[in-house]
Amino acid sequence: MRPLRIPLVAGLAVLLAAGALIPAAPAATVGPVTDPIGVVRIARGQPLIIAYWLVVAGPDASLGIDSRRGIEIAIDDKGGRLLGHPIRLIGEDSGCNAEGGVTAATKLAANRQIVAAIGSSCSSEAVPGAPILWKAGIVTVSPSNTAPRLTDPNRGPDYDGYLRTAHNDLVQGRAAAQFVFHFLGLRRAATIHDGSPYAEGLANVFADVFKRLGGTITSQEAISPTDTDMRPVLTRIAAGRPQLIYYPIFIAAGGHITRQAKEVAGLEQVRLMSADGTFSPDFWKAAGEAAKGVYNSSPDLSVEALGPKYQEFLNKHQRKYGEKPLSAFHAHAYDAAMMIFAAIEKVAKKDAQGNTYIGRKALRDALYATRNFPGITGTLTCTPYGDCADPKIAVYQTISADPAKWNPGTDPKKLWSMKR
Amino acid sequence: MDAFLWAFRLAVLVVVVWGTIGTLRLGRYTSEQWLDFVVFGLAQGGIYALIALGYTMVYGILRMINFAHGEVFMSGAYTAYFVAAPLAASGFLNRHPLVSLLLVVVVAAATSTSVAVLVERVAYRPLRRAPRLVPLITAIGASFFLQYAFRGLYGSGFKAYPEFAVFRGEWQIAGVGILRTQAVVLVAAALFMFALYQVVMRTKVGRAMRAVSEDKDAAALMGIDVDRIIVLTFAIGGAAAGAAGVLYALVFKQVHFFMGFVPGIKAFTSAVLGGIGNIPGAMLGGLFLGVVESVGPALFLDGLGIVAPYQLKDVIAFTMLVMVLIFRPSGILGERLAAKKA
Repeated sequence: MRPLRIPLVAGLAVLLAAGALIPAAPAATVGPVTDPIGVVRIARGQPLIIAYWLVVAGPDASLGIDSRRGIEIAIDDKGGRLLGHPIRLIGEDSGCNAEGGVTAATKLAANRQIVAAIGSSCSSEAVPGAPILWKAGIVTVSPSNTAPRLTDPNRGPDYDGYLRTAHNDLVQGRAAAQFVFHFLGLRRAATIHDGSPYAEGLANVFADVFKRLGGTITSQEAISPTDTDMRPVLTRIAAGRPQLIYYPIFIAAGGHITRQAKEVAGLEQVRLMSADGTFSPDFWKAAGEAAKGVYNSSPDLSVEALGPKYQEFLNKHQRKYGEKPLSAFHAHAYDAAMMIFAAIEKVAKKDAQGNTYIGRKALRDALYATRNFPGITGTLTCTPYGDCADPKIAVYQTISADPAKWNPGTDPKKLWSMKR
Repeated sequence: MDAFLWAFRLAVLVVVVWGTIGTLRLGRYTSEQWLDFVVFGLAQGGIYALIALGYTMVYGILRMINFAHGEVFMSGAYTAYFVAAPLAASGFLNRHPLVSLLLVVVVAAATSTSVAVLVERVAYRPLRRAPRLVPLITAIGASFFLQYAFRGLYGSGFKAYPEFAVFRGEWQIAGVGILRTQAVVLVAAALFMFALYQVVMRTKVGRAMRAVSEDKDAAALMGIDVDRIIVLTFAIGGAAAGAAGVLYALVFKQVHFFMGFVPGIKAFTSAVLGGIGNIPGAMLGGLFLGVVESVGPALFLDGLGIVAPYQLKDVIAFTMLVMVLIFRPSGILGERLAAKKA
């Protein structure tokens, strides 16, 4: 063994020395821009490409379609051009699950011409998807991810390219708990989540705050997003005799719970409360008449809360799409797009021929440096970990459950808003 | 190795018994609630059982697993929505509920039957003589084809079935409240299984099916039109799947292109559990799986102190499946095989 040890040690030493001698990769320099991550070059006359990765198919499509419309209106408001280039919006359906998020992000990461991305819709997509985009140097701003972990100080460098204009559910969970405890005056609640980062995070925040306020959480239950038969788990909840069930999940499973809850012995009088994931006329389709009376915590989508800019947005939306917004995050998507456009204008450089160069890290840093940005949803300022929202949470209640009558504020009716 | 398997079985049994005793000692649930768990499980199991009949019949006659069967179930339910919705919108559905239900079931069964027969003709018949693995792969391909064909036809969103007012609420049976929709599912599943068993065991066509199952070539020599019998088997299985689709829609309302996947997998599991190729076995397997899914998390996991046990519903159900199959590899009622192959 002794003769072999020396060459092995020597070999290791050589490898280590060689490693020490290899210099770090030099920063990329393209035209007038040097950037440690990379540079996007847009030739004169070519489009500037912005991508979305949102859920635009399946039961939760209203969430992604609503956000995409917000982006489209933002592009219209820029006259369809930025720095002389036509703005082209491309995108992928992200499925509202982890697999869909990975697929969408992987496809977008392969396109080196994408300057920035808007998305994802659901936090379960962003948890594995955002690191994929950032490895490709694509910064992404989400209009509707709300899971606390995505902007948590412990999230790690994989998420350095991730920001959001949606609220953090630390805020929504607290607001929902305050509504139930103070406004409704209830003391016993149960929660149901579907295992997704959004649902589990929000249900847990609600439960923690509700207990701190002095309420009792009778049980915290979980299902799977594809479950259909909820009666056994609802029977388990009934054993604890809650006054309210808070189930911040998505449309398909939320519809099943809503329909089945009142059919379970012991829950005939229970109140039902969901959240922004089911804030959509599609939830009324899924739940039917059983949705009457259901509460939803959600961003406050009222002109009195958001100001006249939101009314202007609503007018444009009605003219362009002929219907009310389908979900809760269209204004947040508009703000995400506008924030990205402002950051691009700040860091982009042109050469003598009229070509545009955008440094990827510079763009990311400019987004994180956003201060007092005047958005529709409020005045946006980004924290070092990507929370940019000016959160305003309200609670709405379903009146008719008729999808044709969907009109946020009136039906569902706004009952309460969070105090600042 | 044998000692290890026995130790594994004992370990699972100990956990189950321990959890059960712990739960009952907690006294969290009333006897009415335990009864509710069982009834909910039986209703869910009834749907699995109806779908499982299609798997078990096709396996019984062709020795292949028709993985497209879940999509046959989906195609019937989804298509019949387009009959149910206009009936509801015009008010006819709630003025004449039984006629409407019959109409919806007929459309669903006809659609499912057509899809099943078409798949047999295009994807399975040309491979009748191929090695057994080949039709298995074709079945999976047919499954994906049907999923995305219906997604293309009807879209990726979901439709919600209208509610039959006559099925709202519950009936009292021997002092026990049972939801009307669930009672309908259970009765329909039992009736269909009984009728199917009678057909297979007591009619000329049924005898022909059993003969084809025994030996296709010998049956052909005896003058039986083998192709026709096989098509008929797919048609009957398809009709059962279509009916199951409507029952599913009565209970859960939401239909979409992917709805057949999970029930299809569970129905296949039920068929194996009860004894693949065995018609009463499919029924029993479906009910068993449904009840274990419903009762298992509360009964076994509560006593072990596991929170949010219903997220582990499928773990419980399939663990019980594995345990049953370890003890009895041919399923609860045994696989029905030709004598020379047993």
